[in-house]
Amino acid sequence: MSFVEILSILPQQLVFGLTLGAIYGLIALGYTMVYGVLMMINFAHGEIFMIGAYIGCGMLTVLLDQNIGGLNPAWVLPALLLPAMVLCGGLGMGIERFAYRPLYMRGGSRLAPLISAFGASIFLQNAVMITQGARMKVYMTNLVFPRDWRFEIFGVHISVLVIVIASIALLLTAALVVLVQNSTLGRSIRAVSEDREMAGVMGINVGRVVGLTFFLGSALGGAAGVLIGLYYTQIDFVMGYSAGLKAFTAAVLGGIGNIKGAMVGGLLLGVIESVAVTFINPAFKDVVAFSVLILVLLFRPEGIFGETLADWKKV
Amino acid sequence: MLELKDIVTHYGAMMALKGVSLEVKKGEIVCLLGGNASGKSTTMKSILGLVRPTEGSVHFEGKRIDQLATGEIVRRGISLVPEGRRIFGRMTVHENLVLGSYVRRLDPRAEIEQDLERVFNLFPRLRERTHQFGGTMSGGEQQMLAIGRALMSRPRLLLMDEPSMGLSPAFVDQVFDIIQEINGQGTTILVVEQNAAVALSVARRGYVMRNGLIAATDTAQTLLASEDVRRAYLGEE
Repeated sequence: MSFVEILSILPQQLVFGLTLGAIYGLIALGYTMVYGVLMMINFAHGEIFMIGAYIGCGMLTVLLDQNIGGLNPAWVLPALLLPAMVLCGGLGMGIERFAYRPLYMRGGSRLAPLISAFGASIFLQNAVMITQGARMKVYMTNLVFPRDWRFEIFGVHISVLVIVIASIALLLTAALVVLVQNSTLGRSIRAVSEDREMAGVMGINVGRVVGLTFFLGSALGGAAGVLIGLYYTQIDFVMGYSAGLKAFTAAVLGGIGNIKGAMVGGLLLGVIESVAVTFINPAFKDVVAFSVLILVLLFRPEGIFGETLADWKKV
Repeated sequence: MLELKDIVTHYGAMMALKGVSLEVKKGEIVCLLGGNASGKSTTMKSILGLVRPTEGSVHFEGKRIDQLATGEIVRRGISLVPEGRRIFGRMTVHENLVLGSYVRRLDPRAEIEQDLERVFNLFPRLRERTHQFGGTMSGGEQQMLAIGRALMSRPRLLLMDEPSMGLSPAFVDQVFDIIQEINGQGTTILVVEQNAAVALSVARRGYVMRNGLIAATDTAQTLLASEDVRRAYLGEE
């Protein structure tokens, strides 16, 4: 490919990258929030995202079966997103309650909840495989967003779907930032992440705050699942694994524990990936993404917005 | 007001408190003296439910509290100025104070504003720094914030753990002036101090701890005059 050719497809790749990056960012928020309050990586988060995609798919299928004329995105999107967010939020809370809390409450090793997270991850994957089948499922996206809903600017094709996905991801992130900065719950979450014992001395019910943090992060993960389903149109029960690792990379890139950093890290990772594949074989996409993870961990482990580890006092 | 009876507290297999009994009456300033690892801080933590006593009981205003969650104990009117201040460094002064009023978050906003005003009158410096991050303030200012934060829950009993630690001598006097002022406004105070001379100068009574036990108790004047206490805890030979 000549240089001119590469330049001509670069803008299009940027659009793909930003869309995918916004979804990575949305998933990354879940990792970063949980890390903030528990200092642990919730490795079952990718599976929550996957289950969100299945819930959205199920809802869409139901809507299609009802044969309601004119699937208008204005009501179809909330009908997919809300159940996915609420159910995934509840699922996240349940995982915390039964798979993590009994371990971290006992004190001791931080490794134990981490291993339990892998267990939860395998459990959820297999539960979905057994109940939903191992074959991939299809999102009938183009019945909601017809293929010709798109326009062209300077030779770049932009579909309405892409704009909707990116907007939802950014809106949800903004809503979370406002919640964490300005609400009583948000202040409680920040207090717990800074000094758990003192948060308790303020009268905050630390267990409840941790549970609600899982709810929020998992609800956003569920929403991301629906968005990726609409975007890629195919989902399967192992999709949470690689998407989860990518989003984890995004969270580390932005600075784990930092909410805005998660979204910026997601967008950046999406762009890096898609720009890289214009220069090299697309099969190397994951190689690029995880090289970013390794490089960040080697040279700037605190990430773009993160504080150095010394700033993290004991939990 | 506060009564500890034969409190035994363990850290794992180590017995940190071996049967501590003490009493704080309404309106008093009582100080708890003792060397390092004598059990002073553990006593504070046992009162607040941050560690669970294995034996004995804690009563506050006639009701047993040693089985309650920390949040519930705070709600009933006890708050803590912790050792090392432990303010929320990544939050503003204002946010720290609002967190202090967390147990009263359903009260009318006007009442909480009124309490903020009270803290700002006590510590004018905090008013100037309302929007500054706690972590960027000096040690003395952080101590003011820690005291202000504890007052925001409208405690009837204030626990203070080493309020003079790490402060300049001039500032120590200022902190103890404030302690007397807060007490004058009707708050009962139990203060843990290594700086026994200053603490006894404002307290009415004192307890001396040694190896997880109460070794002596008397009025502040008597303790100040006592040879034993002077030698052991006031650093005089």
